[in-house]
This record gives sequence, C-alpha cells and structure tokens, in this order.
Amino acid sequence: MGGLQKKKYERGSVTNYITRNKARKKLRLSLPDFRRLCILKGIYPHEPKHKKKVNKGSTAPRTFYLIKDIRFLLHEPIVGKFRDYKVFVRKLKKAYGKTEWSAVERLRENKPTYKLDHIIKERYPSFIDALRDIDDALCMCFLFSTFARTGKCHVQTIQLCRRLTVEWMNYVVAARALRKVFISIKGIYYQAEVMGQLITWLVPYQFSHDHPTDVDYRVMATFTELYTTLLGFINFRLYHSLNLLYPPKKLSALSASLARMVSSAEEEEAQLDQFPVEGEDMEKLEAREREQKEQEAQKKLFDGLKFFLNREVPRESLAFVIRCFGGEVSWDKSVCIGSTYEVTEETITHHIVDRPNASTQYINRYYIQPQWVYDCINAKIVLPVEDYFLGVTLPPHLSPFVEEKEGDYMPPEKVKIMALQRGEKPEQEDEEEEDEDEDEEEEEDDNDDEEEDEEEDEEESEEKNLKKMEKQRSQGKSLQVKVTPGKMKVENPERLEQEEKAEEKRLAIMMMKKKEKYLYDKIMFGKKRKIREANKLTAKRKAHDDAEKANKKKTRK
Amino acid sequence: MKKVREKTAKKRSKEEEEEEEEQIFNFKDKPAGKEEEDEDLSDSEESVFSGLEDSGSDSEEDEKESDDNDDEDDDDVTAVESKQPKQTEEEEEKEEVVGGVTEREEEEKKEDEYEHDSSDEEDIRNTVGNIPMEWYKDFPHIGYNLDGKKIFKPIRNKDELDDFLDKMENPDYWRTVHDKQTGSDIVLSDEQVELVNRLQKGQFGDVNFNEYQPSVEFFSSDVMIHPVTNRPADKRSFIPSLIEKEKVSKLVHAIKMGWIKPRRVEDDTRGRFYDLWAGEDSSILGRHKMHLPAPKIPLPGHQESYNPPPEYLFTEEELALWEQQDASDRKLPFVPVKFSSLRQVPAFSRFIHERFERCLDLYLCPRQRKMRVNVNPEDLIPKLPKPKDLQPFPTTQSLVYRGHSGLVRSISVSPSGQWLASGSDDGSVRFWEVCSSRCMKTVQVGGAVKRPVCLSTCRPHSYVASSCECGRAVHQVAWHAKGDYLASVMPDHSSHLQVLIHQLSRRRSQNPFRKNKGLVQCVSFHPVRPYFFVATQRSVRIYNLVKQEMTKKLQANSKWISSMAVHPGGDHVICGSYDCRLSWFDLDLSTKPYKMLRHHKKAVRGAAYHRSYPLFASASDDGSVIVCHGTVYNDLMQNPLIVPVKVLRGHVITHDLGVLDVTFHPTQPWVFSSGADATIRLFT
Repeated sequence: MGGLQKKKYERGSVTNYITRNKARKKLRLSLPDFRRLCILKGIYPHEPKHKKKVNKGSTAPRTFYLIKDIRFLLHEPIVGKFRDYKVFVRKLKKAYGKTEWSAVERLRENKPTYKLDHIIKERYPSFIDALRDIDDALCMCFLFSTFARTGKCHVQTIQLCRRLTVEWMNYVVAARALRKVFISIKGIYYQAEVMGQLITWLVPYQFSHDHPTDVDYRVMATFTELYTTLLGFINFRLYHSLNLLYPPKKLSALSASLARMVSSAEEEEAQLDQFPVEGEDMEKLEAREREQKEQEAQKKLFDGLKFFLNREVPRESLAFVIRCFGGEVSWDKSVCIGSTYEVTEETITHHIVDRPNASTQYINRYYIQPQWVYDCINAKIVLPVEDYFLGVTLPPHLSPFVEEKEGDYMPPEKVKIMALQRGEKPEQEDEEEEDEDEDEEEEEDDNDDEEEDEEEDEEESEEKNLKKMEKQRSQGKSLQVKVTPGKMKVENPERLEQEEKAEEKRLAIMMMKKKEKYLYDKIMFGKKRKIREANKLTAKRKAHDDAEKANKKKTRK
Repeated sequence: MKKVREKTAKKRSKEEEEEEEEQIFNFKDKPAGKEEEDEDLSDSEESVFSGLEDSGSDSEEDEKESDDNDDEDDDDVTAVESKQPKQTEEEEEKEEVVGGVTEREEEEKKEDEYEHDSSDEEDIRNTVGNIPMEWYKDFPHIGYNLDGKKIFKPIRNKDELDDFLDKMENPDYWRTVHDKQTGSDIVLSDEQVELVNRLQKGQFGDVNFNEYQPSVEFFSSDVMIHPVTNRPADKRSFIPSLIEKEKVSKLVHAIKMGWIKPRRVEDDTRGRFYDLWAGEDSSILGRHKMHLPAPKIPLPGHQESYNPPPEYLFTEEELALWEQQDASDRKLPFVPVKFSSLRQVPAFSRFIHERFERCLDLYLCPRQRKMRVNVNPEDLIPKLPKPKDLQPFPTTQSLVYRGHSGLVRSISVSPSGQWLASGSDDGSVRFWEVCSSRCMKTVQVGGAVKRPVCLSTCRPHSYVASSCECGRAVHQVAWHAKGDYLASVMPDHSSHLQVLIHQLSRRRSQNPFRKNKGLVQCVSFHPVRPYFFVATQRSVRIYNLVKQEMTKKLQANSKWISSMAVHPGGDHVICGSYDCRLSWFDLDLSTKPYKMLRHHKKAVRGAAYHRSYPLFASASDDGSVIVCHGTVYNDLMQNPLIVPVKVLRGHVITHDLGVLDVTFHPTQPWVFSSGADATIRLFT
C-alpha cells in the first residue's frame, strides 16, 4: 500500500477556520484584550458551512474565526501596545504595593497609549466606506454624550462624544442634509443624506439613564473609542468639503452658523449639465430632475419662518431640525445660551408650545405643538397648522421610513398627506372612496380561494336536493311531482373565463416539482400573511373609527 | 544629636519616676527632706546631659533648670519607647560629655552620688530584697536579717470586726496604708496626702513647678549666628556616601539598559484629527473581498411612533399574547404606546440594552452571505398545454347509479359500453344500463355474510367474473385479453398460493409461483404480449409467462401500492399507492418511476387507463377523481406528456373513505367511479 495514510481533519475546510480560544493563544492575548482587538479591527466570527467537519467531529458549540483574519491580526501594532499596557499595569501594582510613590508617578507619566488612525484607514480605505458605516458610530456617540459622570466611562470620552455630535449636527445644518425625522418611543430618529449616503441615527430623549447592571460597559467603551476616532475624521473631512473651519468654535447652542474659511457669497449651486439621452433614460433623467427639485424645495421648507421655542419643548432637537430647513429659531434666555431674539419679537411666525394652553398669546403668530415641525419635514410641505393648535388632539405621527408597496396597508392619514403633496384639497369623500378601492383590491386577491369554495357549495346544494328526494323515496312517499318554472342560468362569460383560468392554474400547480412547489408555497404563504395582516389593520381601524363616530354622536346628543 | 538627647532625657525621666514611686512609700524615715535633694540632683544631672552648659557657672543653672524640665516633658509625650540595648551607648556618651565638665563640679557630684545612691540602696527595715511579697504570704516571717534570723511579721490579729471598728473609730483610717514590704500600717502625713492628690489629678508633684514657662525655640526659621550645639561635624559628612553611590549607580545602570525611560513628551497628535483620506489608494483593499459589512438596523415602522395610528396599538388579546410570548418569538420587541403630546414621552428603558445588543451583534455574531430568492411565483408554475386543447375528457357529473347499500368496491364496464357491473360490500352484484342508470339485475353472491366482492368483465365474451368468499377473501380478479385466462389474488403473508391463474376452456387452475415474494396487491395481464404484472407491497414484478421468468422489477418508491393499471400499448404502467402518490412507469426507460404525481391529498385507491383516448384517471380517499391527459408517443425518444386536465368531485366521504374504484368507458371519454357513499357516478 503506497503513500502515507490520510489523517482526518487536516485538509479541507478545517484549515480555513480557527476556534476563538486557539486564536487567542496564537495572539497571546487575554480574552478581554482579544475582544477589544476584534472590536477595533472589525473581525467577526464566521459560520462554517459544515460545522461538524470544522469542529473535528465534535458538535460542541464553538465560535470560529477565519484563520486569515487571525493571521492578519498578528501583524497589528496595537497588539504590542496591549502587551505593553499589561506590563504597565503590573508595574504599577507593584509600585503601589511597595508604596513607591515616585515610581508610581514615573510609571503614570509613561503610560502606554495608542492611536487608532491607521485602523480607521485600514477598515475604511475610502471616505465613502467610512460614511456608509457611520450609523452605529453616531448612535453610540449620541448615547454617550447623554451620560452623566457616573463612572461608567471616562469624563473625557463623554465630552469628546458631545463635541463630535454637536459638530456633526452643525455640519448637517450647514449642508442642509437632513431628510427625515421620526419621533419614536425610543428616541428621535434622524435621517440625513450626506454625499449620496443615507445616514440614520437615533438620539435618546434627554433624561438621565437608569444604568442597567447586565451591560458590559467595557465593550461599549471600546466601541466608542473607535467611533469617536472615526467620527472625528469624518467631521474633519466634511467640514473641509464645505469650506468650514475645523475644529469649529462655540457650537453648543446650535443657533449660530459656522465660520467659513471662504466667504459664502461665492458659492453657487452647480447646474446639472444636460446630456442628450433617449427613451427610457430620458424618463429616468426627468424623474431624477423632479426629485432634485423636490429636494431643493424641501431644503427651503422653513425659509423665512421665525420660530420661538417654549421652555418645555425639546430644544436641541427642534433647533437642529428647524435650522436644517432654513428657519430661524430662538428660545428664552434662561433656558440656554445662544438665544437670538426674545418672545416679544414681532416677527415671530410660529411659537412652539407643548402645553394645553399658553398664558399670554400674541396675535400675529401661530401657537402650535412640536409635532407640526416634524410632520412638515416628513411631508416635505408646510402642512396646515389647524390640526396642531394647542389642546387639539394631534393626528398620528407616521414613520417616514415606511414605503408602502402594492398590497401593503396604508394608514388613511398617509393617504391624506399624499393628497396634500399632490396639491389636492383635502376632502372627506375622496378618502373614503380610496379606502373602498383598497378593500376591493384585497378582496380580489382572496378570490382564488373563494371560487373554489363556491363551486363546492353549488355541488353540495345539488347533492342535498338529491338526497332529500332519495330519502322521501326510501320512506315510501310518493314524490311530490311538481313542475316549477325553470330558471335561466345567467352565465357571465367573464366570470367563466376567470374560473377556467383559475382551474388551469390549479392544475398546473399540481404538476410542479416538489422543490419548486415548496418554494412556491412558501412565497404564497408569505403573501397571504401580508394580506391577512393588512386586512387585520384595516378592520381594526374601521372598528376604531366606528367607535369614535358613535362617541361623537353621543356627545352631540 | 537631638535624638540622643531625647533618649537620655527619656531615660532620666523614667528613672526619676521609679525613684519617686519608691520615695512615696519610703517616707517613714526621711519623708520630707529627700524630695528637695532629689530635685537638686535631677537639676544638676540634667544640665550635664543636655550638653548646653557652656558657661559652667552656678548662677545660670537655676534659669536653665526650668527649660530643661520643659524639654523633658515634651519628650515624655512624644517619645514612644525607650530601647534597652541602646542604654549602654548612651551611658558612654554621658561619660564623654561629663568629661567636659569642670573638676569642681565633678567633686560635688561624687559627694551627692554617694549620699543618695539609690541603685544599691536597700531597705534596711527588711532585708528580703526586691521580691514579690506574695511569696511570704503563707509564712509568719517576712524575710531574714543579716544573721539569718527570721524577721517576723508584726502581729496582726485584726479580724473583720476589728477592721470595721477601726474604720468607724479611727479618724486617720482613710490615710492609713498597709505596707506590704514590712507588713505594717503607715499613716500618711498631710504633705504625702497632698502629693497623692496632685499626682492623681495628673499634676506635677512639685507645687512650685511652673509648667507654662516661656520656651526658647532653638530650631526656628531664623538663622542664628552660632550653631545650636557645639558638637563638631561628623566625619561622615565630609566623606561621599557609599549608599548613595550605590543607588545612583543602580539608576545609571537602569537608564543604560533602557529600563528607565526618560519622561515621555506629551503626544498631542492623539485626539487631533486631520484629513485621513487625503491620498486615497485601494492597495489595502485585498482583505475586503471577503468582508461583509454588518447589516444596518432596520428602520422603525409606524408602530414605533410616540403617537401611532390607532390600528397599530395592541388590543387586549394582542397584549396578553405579547406578554405570554418568549422574547425571541415576539414580532415587536416593544409594546406600541400612544402619548397625547411630546411632553409626556418618557425615556425608553431598554435604550442602553438595545445599543449594547447591537454592539454584541457587531463583534460576536457570525456573518454569512445568504442569497435571498427573488422569484416571481408565477414563473415557477410550469407551462403546460391548456386542458381546453386536450379535449375530449370528462368534465361534468351526468349520472348517479343508486341501489347499493354498502361500499361499492369495484366496477366494470362491458366491452360494448352498454352495461355496467358493480360489486359492493352488501354482498350483491348489480348490473346497470349505462345510459339509463337503471339497475337491470341484482345477484346476491355472498349470501347473508357481507363480503367484499370483486369483479371484472371479460372483453371479448362479456363474462363477468366475480369473486367472493371461497375459503379466503379474493381481493382481485383480472382477465387476460383473449378471455380464456383469469387471474385471482388472495393476499396472504405466509402462503405461496396468493395468485392463481384459471383457464376457462380447460376448467383448471394453476399456481404460477413457487415462492412467496411478498404480499400481492394486484395483478394484471399484459394486453398484447405474454407478460404478467404482479404488484407487491413496494414493487411491481413483471414475469414472462412463456419463459417463466421475471423480466423486470419496478421500484415504486412508495410505501404501499394500492392499485395498478397497464397502458393499452403495454409499455407504461401506473401505480397508485396509499401514500397519496401515483407513479408512472415507462417500461422502456427505467425501473424507477418516470413521474411521481402527488395530486391527491389522501390515499389513492384506484387507477385506470382509457382504452383508446390518451387519458388516465386516479381515484382517492379525498373524494376526487383526477383525470389526466397522458399522451404516449411512438417515438421512443420522446417522453410521455402528462397533463392533469380535470378534477372531478361528487362522491361524499363516508367513514374516511372516498372513491374506491374508477374505470373508463371503453369507447367514450367517460369515466365511472364508485365510492364509499354507495353510489356509482358517471362523468362525461
């Protein structure tokens, strides 16, 4: 017998993977350090296709990393820094134990530090890559900037996060990049379009946090370390792209515009060059142009409007949002620095209040609730203020992130807003009609099933008749012979055709292969579920509306 | 130097105290006078030890005395302990210092010393020595005198009563003290009582002593012209220190070896941002081919709004369901809530949790690229010829044959197509006219016992063979195409006599098989050639009757075959099975089914080919008969085309049984079906 005996688990996919513990040993790092390294370098475990093979026959749950990734980590200079830090901590402990204070001081002065610049550059080779991945960074920084000095993280980190987030918001204001805002129960979602990338972030409400105990803050702090570096570089680049100075000075109030490196007067909107195009491209181009126009209009949504924020409304969010769309905003001096005008200013057009009623009212301004601002932004038009006056029940606040496809449920409020966007006057009847249309569509979808049932029903009824007769006969009764005038069966040719088609389809489905049938069933199941959910929502809405109507009638009486 | 001074002072004070203690109780002989002398002594000694007496004159001594005392006090308070082994050193020093004093003084000192030498002063009243007196507790004597005679304790015959009386009567009782040394009672004098009082109050024993005298600060911030002490500088202050040298050399070595680094220059580039992507190059992109960016967090829907439309709020049932469900099963990770104004929205309690979970997902979650099928479901449906183009086939139910009272197990049509025979569980065989659905004749075959009846019609002769109880239940009968032979099946696990072939002309039967090859379900003759099909539980065997051997074994890929039909051409077989399948075998192609048809929802009970039209039908327990178009091409290269054309319903499911048998009209595209509802139906 020639050749060496082949050993198991020495070739094939096993060679591509390494378990976490082995990787850790190879890197000679402790588990927390390994974790930190993975977080910073963006290394994540991989799920092998055949886990048992990779696990050398064992089915024990293990996490696997790509061996290439781990080899890549071996050359990371930061690993050396981690080891240095370990040594540093050991020395420091020793010095403390010996109460050698001079040694402690000397060690502290030489505390090893590291920079993450090269890692950022490596993980995001181009600026757009970095922008694409900034969502989590923003969420995290906004969260950390709301932390109090509770010892959960370094105060410097909190301050840095605060600085970076304010810088970011100022950039968004300066670039007028904000697109959508959504007040959810978790916090406020913002979506901005920066250099063609949609960036969404979530800002918690301004309350002190009830810090949970089952959260590892070290992990969060490591992420924040990376994210602050990333955000800093991005901010720098973004500011420079707008010819703004970086780092900017005095930002916290969000009321003043940023200092420019070049005077802003020279900036002009570059006109899109026209290229000769044909056919479909033409349509696309037109659509794009339309969209762009719409966007331009949205950017100037609040131009010329002057807002005043009462003290109970979320100042930072509203100031940010209003300034993003060209409005002027101010607040009471005692609330925060940076207020630009007083309540008594005559030119104020909108006063945002979040109370049942305002104590002193000026005649020439609208007193509205804060939701109006957000709804206007999402609808991209200035909505009528009547629904948002003080003490009025607010219309529902809809998520701007939901894009309804055909067959999806659309709340009537959205239909209303879409009508407004098209420039139609809101009319009650229209809405109802539309609702009905929707219902019909849904019914059609269900038709297939119903038809079957109907057929069966017909047959069954005939059967019943026959059975009756049979019974009577068996009981020895003479049949009631009776001639009844026959009924013309009206055959609807359309319906017949439809039925025929449906049957054809059913028969064809019977001939499907097993695999395809499975897939088809799955898809159809999903579709049906969707329809069911939409129907459920419609029914719920209808029940709610009916109940409300009844209530209204009662109160009228 | 100061330290030394402290220690000597300490020692002195200690000695003094001891002395005092002794003196307090030694007053019997010389109570008052001694104290003064003690004072003198201490003064002179102190002045010597402190090393401050530069002048050497007596007149100044008095002034300094108070200072020294002050010092002493301070030291007493501050010094923690006196060290015995150092005493000798100190004494040496003492001597040195003493050496510097004038002779006259020395003489004076000597006199004093001898007079009041307390070190070897012994109590002459009792020569027992300085021992614990308890040792003599039980003896009448208290020690020995120089002559070795016992010194007896003074006679004390005071009992409790005497003591009490003494206490009551003696005015000096309170100042009477018992002296253990001599065993006698001593009455304290007024001075002694005063002294005791003062000491108890923590005051100085000497009444005249002023503890608040102004102190002279030697060690002040002012630079003095003269040194505080006259002591010449040590030699070691002129010689470089070896210890220091050693320490410095250690540091130098450490610096040389790089163990101690110079103070780091504050790196201010950290935390400073610059244009990181100034020179963008794609050279580092190599790794990123495999890189999967983490999916973004899904965007919120209407239900997450602080003021959602009312239809998105939970009803009570939904809320109850949500609370019951496990966190991982929930569709929404939160309960939608409606707030009437933005002011009332509270902080989201799980905000940090959710962010943390996202972090965990980012670095712990294995990533895998998953292809999502994006298929239009319509494209999955196979394109088949329209049933309309494949006509004729039965489409509607036209006649129902009623009369049986049990399940109709089997039906058969005469070759002319005019008559229909049916066998039922009620033990009768009925003959019907096909066109009028009239029962022409009823034959009771099973007698009173109701047994399943099977029958089959011979093609050329219109004979009807029906089977019933003859020892064992006959399951099926099948005619040969020529009408001379008849095969019957009596399923039995153990016997090899399951299939019998009967010859009509000779009126004899034969058993073709020597061995039992499994439970036989049904048999059939080949329509043209001398082949015989035997379907057992899982396979179909084809025997060549001339050669008397098995030619083929078809694997049905089903659990239990129920029925079988052979195509009139003889090259194709369909097999129905109890696990809802109908398998089509192409005998030229393979022993595996060419097509498995899973049309039925329940067990398939019957299958039949049409004799002339390209049709076949299957009957099932779900109450339906499915008619399929099955064209068989003469071209061997072309596979048969199978298209289901019609689902015929009509039979009522009774006792979970639907349609039991199906057969085609010999000439018309009509199909008969018999069911468990005791009816036979004709579909045209």
